[in-house]
Amino acid sequence: MQRGRFYRLSGRIFLVLVLLFLYAPILVMALMSFNRSEFYVLPIDFSTHWYSALAENEEILASAWRSIWIACVVTVIATALGTAAALAFFRYSFPGKRILQILLFPPIAIPWLITGTAMLIFFFSVGIDRGTPAVILGHVALALPYVIVVVTARLATFDRTLEEAARSLGASAWQTTRAVTLPWISSGIVAGALFAFAVSFDQFVISYFLSEPGDTTLPVIIYSAIRKGFTPEINAISTIIIVISMGLMLAASRFFRFGGER
Amino acid sequence: MAEVRVANLNLSFGSFRALQEIDLTFPDGQFFGLLGPSGSGKTSLLRCIAGFLFPESGSITIDAQEVARVPVEKREIGMVFQNYALFPNMSVAENVAFGLKVRKLAGGEVRRRVGEALELVQLEGLAQRRPRQLSGGQRQRVALARALVTNPRVLLLDEPLSALDKALRVDMQIELKRIQREVGITTIFVTHDQEEALTLSDRIGILRQGKLVQEGSPRAVYAAPADVFTASFLGDANLFRGRREEGALRLETGELLRHPDGKAGAVLAVRPESIAINLAEPPREAGANRLKAQLTQRIFAGATATCLLEWNGQVLKVLARDQDLVDLPESGPVWLSWPVEKTISLAEDTR
Repeated sequence: MQRGRFYRLSGRIFLVLVLLFLYAPILVMALMSFNRSEFYVLPIDFSTHWYSALAENEEILASAWRSIWIACVVTVIATALGTAAALAFFRYSFPGKRILQILLFPPIAIPWLITGTAMLIFFFSVGIDRGTPAVILGHVALALPYVIVVVTARLATFDRTLEEAARSLGASAWQTTRAVTLPWISSGIVAGALFAFAVSFDQFVISYFLSEPGDTTLPVIIYSAIRKGFTPEINAISTIIIVISMGLMLAASRFFRFGGER
Repeated sequence: MAEVRVANLNLSFGSFRALQEIDLTFPDGQFFGLLGPSGSGKTSLLRCIAGFLFPESGSITIDAQEVARVPVEKREIGMVFQNYALFPNMSVAENVAFGLKVRKLAGGEVRRRVGEALELVQLEGLAQRRPRQLSGGQRQRVALARALVTNPRVLLLDEPLSALDKALRVDMQIELKRIQREVGITTIFVTHDQEEALTLSDRIGILRQGKLVQEGSPRAVYAAPADVFTASFLGDANLFRGRREEGALRLETGELLRHPDGKAGAVLAVRPESIAINLAEPPREAGANRLKAQLTQRIFAGATATCLLEWNGQVLKVLARDQDLVDLPESGPVWLSWPVEKTISLAEDTR
């Protein structure tokens, strides 16, 4: 009895410490974004001053919008390509399929710094200039494996005879995909899309390497702003980003339980 | 409605020859059972006719139209799958309507025909249910309605009853037969359950190792199996081997078993229900065969009983009415006798 209670209690304390470790810095930053003082003077003098300042900061706002629409474009491309690739892996067997599937994983593990350098060199050598198209290309390449992995996991629960049944009833391959396969994997596709959006929106290294100065994404702007001199506006924009990112991840986890069935 | 014909059909998976030179006609409006052990090629043959597998050579015609290279969706077939394969994201009505909607029929027409199909399988009240809210037997009916609603030329059934429990299976057999009769559709049915095949089929075809062994009405195939495999696969058979003599077989133990077939093989088969058991030695007569054997066990099953006997190191089976066995001991020496015309001569299996 005594022992059981001890274990339960220590377990709880451990959990609290982990959560504290994860969220304390974020919480402090979020709180400071509402503090009028520029120098983190306590107690907090509640104000939305930095948010209004942010609303007038053209550079940050422009880069935020650019980040969002780049992430949207990346999401559409990566989700479409990734879903098509996952369906191809699911339906067909072709030479080199296994190797191709294995090769999908390293890009997730290779440090972005290295991927970014490699892309920069590669794009330069094939004549793709730094700029938004290069950024989009790079982000799509990063996001694609995530989409494929998530959609493939969902497809693993799909019963192939459903497709055969649809075909036997006179449906073409496309009608079958649209009416039977896609509805089944839609939760996987949505989760994959959210991952793709998050990968693109949060991406710093590749954006930094591949974008043109003065025409870049929000994380890059934040980075340069910090180097120039920190202002609590950064706290404000970071808090907004965190809220959006956590919202996306919560949404993704609603649609996709890692490793299987909804 | 249509006749289905398969000629010189060959199919391989790598070095495995799944189907070899299959020639078979599935008559218009008849219920045809394809029967065989697993790996015999029966499912492959069904999937070739459906269009999920494409044979290397040979022809498949439906209603005299060559379809061997035609994709599934153009073949105008209806198919019921082993697991029913109902679309989980659609209601019962939407499942049944699917084949009509892809044919771009008008909404009123779709509703009318879905209603008719559900009526045919007696599921009118469940149109709005989801598949997961249905019992196994109900899913089976939905699958059948969905397959029939497009008026296909042929209905293909891939072990459709194997997922149901025994009692329900018998009900569904009767139901399936009724619906097939009512619609009058050519039906091809794959099963490994010989009893089911005998019950449902107008004709059966027996496959083994990718080859068609025998084809005919269930009664004809049961009465005159072509070889040892068929005799023991379709029902039970007591097999006797020995030396060929004129119209008879000389057993190792010296007895002579006569049979009605002039050109007989070296194996004779006798169905368990053809044999009578007697305590006293039956008289020698020209029309009957007899053997002395050791009764070892009686298995009571209500109206009937199965007797296991030992003869020359071999187990024999006799199926008798239990009331005919009252005079017999539980075990001991007995005489077996059966009419010569119930003695089936068989070819050894061809490999």
